[in-house]
Amino acid sequence: MRAWEVIVGIETHAQLATRSKMFSGASTAFGAAPNSNASAVDIALPGVLPVPNRAAVEHAVRFGLAVNGAINRRSVFARKNYFYPDLPKGYQISQYELPIVQGGEITIVMGDEERMIRLTRAHLEEDAGKSLHQDFHGMTGIDFNRAGTPLLEIVSEPELRGAREAVAYARALHALVTWIGICDGNMQEGSFRCDANVSVRRPGEALGIRCEIKNLNSFRFMERAIDYEARRQIELLEEGGKVAQETRLYDPERDETRSMRTKEDAQDYRYFPDPDLLPLEVSASLLSGILEALPELPGTRRERFMREYRLPAYDAGVLTASRAAADYFEALVKASAVDAKLCANWQAGELNAALNRDAIEMRDSRIEPGSLAVLLKRIADGSVSNKMAKEVFDAMWAGEGGADEIIERRGLRQMSDGAEIEKIVGEVLAANAKQVQDYRAGKEKAFHSLVGQVMKATRGKANPAQVHEILKSKLA
Amino acid sequence: MINAVINATLTELSGALAAKQISSVELTKSYLERIRRLNGPLNAFISVDEDYSLARARLVDAARRKGEAGPLAGIPLAYKDIFCTRELRTTCGSRMLAEYKSPYDAHVVEQFERAGAVALGKCNMDEFAMGSSNESSYFGPARNPWDRRRVPGGSSGGSAAAVAARMAPAATGTDTGGSIRQPAAMTGVCGLKPTYGAVSRYGIVAFASSLDQAGPMAKSAADLALMMNVMAGFDPRDSTSVERPKEDYSGSLNLELSGLRIGLPKEYFGEGIEPGVLQAVEEAVRWFASQGAKTVPIELPNARLGVPVYYVIAPAEASSNLSRFDGVRYGHRAKEYADLADMYARTRAEGFGTEVKQRILVGTYVLSHGYYDAYYLQAQKVRRLIAADFAAAFERCDLILGPTAPSTAFEIGANTGDPVKMYLNDIFTIPAPLAGLPALSVPCGFDAAGLPVGLQLTGKHFCEAALLGAAHRYQQATDWHLRVPKEAPL
Amino acid sequence: MSLSDDQIRRLARLARISLRPEESAALAERLNRVLALVEEMRAVDTTGIEPMSHALDPHFPGGQRLRPDEVTESDRRRDYQSVAPALEEGLYLVPKVLE
Repeated sequence: MRAWEVIVGIETHAQLATRSKMFSGASTAFGAAPNSNASAVDIALPGVLPVPNRAAVEHAVRFGLAVNGAINRRSVFARKNYFYPDLPKGYQISQYELPIVQGGEITIVMGDEERMIRLTRAHLEEDAGKSLHQDFHGMTGIDFNRAGTPLLEIVSEPELRGAREAVAYARALHALVTWIGICDGNMQEGSFRCDANVSVRRPGEALGIRCEIKNLNSFRFMERAIDYEARRQIELLEEGGKVAQETRLYDPERDETRSMRTKEDAQDYRYFPDPDLLPLEVSASLLSGILEALPELPGTRRERFMREYRLPAYDAGVLTASRAAADYFEALVKASAVDAKLCANWQAGELNAALNRDAIEMRDSRIEPGSLAVLLKRIADGSVSNKMAKEVFDAMWAGEGGADEIIERRGLRQMSDGAEIEKIVGEVLAANAKQVQDYRAGKEKAFHSLVGQVMKATRGKANPAQVHEILKSKLA
Repeated sequence: MINAVINATLTELSGALAAKQISSVELTKSYLERIRRLNGPLNAFISVDEDYSLARARLVDAARRKGEAGPLAGIPLAYKDIFCTRELRTTCGSRMLAEYKSPYDAHVVEQFERAGAVALGKCNMDEFAMGSSNESSYFGPARNPWDRRRVPGGSSGGSAAAVAARMAPAATGTDTGGSIRQPAAMTGVCGLKPTYGAVSRYGIVAFASSLDQAGPMAKSAADLALMMNVMAGFDPRDSTSVERPKEDYSGSLNLELSGLRIGLPKEYFGEGIEPGVLQAVEEAVRWFASQGAKTVPIELPNARLGVPVYYVIAPAEASSNLSRFDGVRYGHRAKEYADLADMYARTRAEGFGTEVKQRILVGTYVLSHGYYDAYYLQAQKVRRLIAADFAAAFERCDLILGPTAPSTAFEIGANTGDPVKMYLNDIFTIPAPLAGLPALSVPCGFDAAGLPVGLQLTGKHFCEAALLGAAHRYQQATDWHLRVPKEAPL
Repeated sequence: MSLSDDQIRRLARLARISLRPEESAALAERLNRVLALVEEMRAVDTTGIEPMSHALDPHFPGGQRLRPDEVTESDRRRDYQSVAPALEEGLYLVPKVLE
């Protein structure tokens, strides 16, 4: 891979979060019985006509504003003509010469470095139906439930350098579209699909021939597929061959890309403005309304977390991985009124670990910010040690009740009464004369052993900091 | 009584039904009987279901007895076979849809049903509305009631023949380049192509989406107005449907003709028009002038480009609209095929006739990479020039008059060898749809061979009422529209 | 502008219509006559003219009307599939689709 640049452009199809389809009033709900959500318009019965969905347009505008793109106040729906069994009309209603969003940019973070990746455009279009892989005595079954679902096709400039950057971009884009609420981001259900255009070149040369890799439905597969494809192209070129422009599929089992059956002719989509639809006009009031209602975007929020809560970049990044996480964090800080770093540690640590372990989303967290706040308060005020707090957290997660309840019930209250600790320290010192001698003779290990004894005597409940202090002063 | 009844206008029928002089069942029976007698030779109808029609007539009669009666209650009507109907097949004159039963009704059909109309059947037409003679129908040509060796015009040839032969008091048609007006002219009946967007296209199988309009065909302008009152109006299911205040199209029937400025385009009175046609139209012009209308010479310099522009845009849009006919979800599917590609290719080869295939190929060509700018885009630009011509002309006149077609009905088979010869039939009817303007055709005489001649009036956007008014006044002074074809005696 | 046999075949493939050789020849002849008709329009000077996609543009201030995002359709699978050529388990059957 030395002396070769790998250039990637990503094309993403994000299913927009709407109740009904792009051009019909059928439901977009996932998982319905085959063809039960396919209306007359969706199966292209003779005589039907399309009427566009307002929410889909608003989502597209929201996206355009969130990426700092230009919103074309007038955009045009165009027909993309081709034949395929899952495409009922024999054309897809899309946008061609005048898309709703032009330009824009996405910030990606690679280690410590921030990079702005430019977008070419984003446009509205409708999804096709689905061919089922199941074999019906040599025939394929088609389900049109998905046909007509609104999509936003987002195209990046071919500026991503290599597989890792490409994945960082895809992840950032995924985070953004879910953050602003235009897409549910469910990749298993096909809500967020990426194709990668991969080419290689020697530095300084013009862009090489690119191949499009389709069917990348996970970030892991994306990275492996791009790596494989880049290697394939480099090997080919180093042997003196030429890269053929083609579409390839990634096979996760074999970890390789394969050429799709090429047709005799390159596709001629014969785009033309759809005569059944008028130009889409985005009014000034619609635009300003959406702009006003735009939530604080991930990048801005991350920076604010760093500034306001004095958090390092990495922490801020973790806490703004999703809008739910960022909201949780701020609620936690507010409710607990403790040091933000403590909140950050617990959310990024225990809470995230529990969420991952049980495979649930932040919004379904078993512990609300208010409840976790109480626990953090008890840590801050010394009522409970960090170690005990973990036990309390687990109990809270299991549904045993609030922090105070559990601390009481299990008797986990940290002993912070100086007088009481002094008493016990005194008893321990009295019972461990040899250790005391050893310590005074310079053996540090003896000190730790004494601390251990005190902790044992208090069944772990003594405030470790205080124990240290009191021991030190008594041994002085 | 029967004779008078089947020859009656909608207004007269409405009155007779309301006065209980006749029932819808009796009326429907009369027309069904006539259809049984004449449809064999004339082939105006593709589908008729007598039981269904009579059942519907009974329902409407019963409702009327309870005091419920819509504006067209009990009136039998025929639908061009391009309007989707749930009860009768919708074939579009094609093998592709020869057995197709639509699961939903077109908006226009819903409107007529709500108004109490009774469907008599589905009328023959050029395949997928592509034609000017009804000769490309899979179900055989329809014939002109005035001379059965001749075409009734097209593509709404069946609807025109049905009304002319008094097999139905009225019918619906669609007009993209003249498909209502030209057959109306050739069969001596009245037909209106409304302003684009005035009537919903939802449920009408699409041919050329930016040009198609549904419209009424009947024996008088007054009847057309009654039908428009039911057909026209905003439909949220059609994005090109115009939302505007409800209009009474009968409101201007007694139009004041004195001072009316009638534009006469020199391009509409030039070469290539049969003398019989020219004579009848010029006589009509003299009549309007005698009523105080002012004739104004105007020019539509780009009108001559209408035919080539139309034969780029219409096939282009059609080639895309007809892509849905692939044998997957409905319609014809080839019985034998090697694989998916073969299934598509054979299904479409078997399902479509020659004219349709030809237009699909032309359309595919003018949209294809490398040709789009020179053909399709250029045609849309020239289209704007044509529309601008009309806009300029309408500064100086209120409506535009001319012959509907350059010739009267030609013999079946006379033009099928040469597509261009056939296309030039549309020379006067094509410009209005390109500009989205309303236009109608009413009978204005006969040529030496006794064949009907049509007079075309074109108006400004949404000025149908004025067109209907001018035509109505004309019909009060003439009786061309009352003549009955000898070959279809009452 | 005259189309060759090859071009006709390519157009037929794009349009998914199979043509027998004699059909192809007959269609080519007709097509070429239509294209000759269309030539006159190509020569017109349209510099600075906007294409006209919608004749009634001024009657739609605000452009395309948008539909509120509501589910208005119910499950009508049985009706819609009553006209289907080949079905199984609610799916439309077609010859195997090769990826």
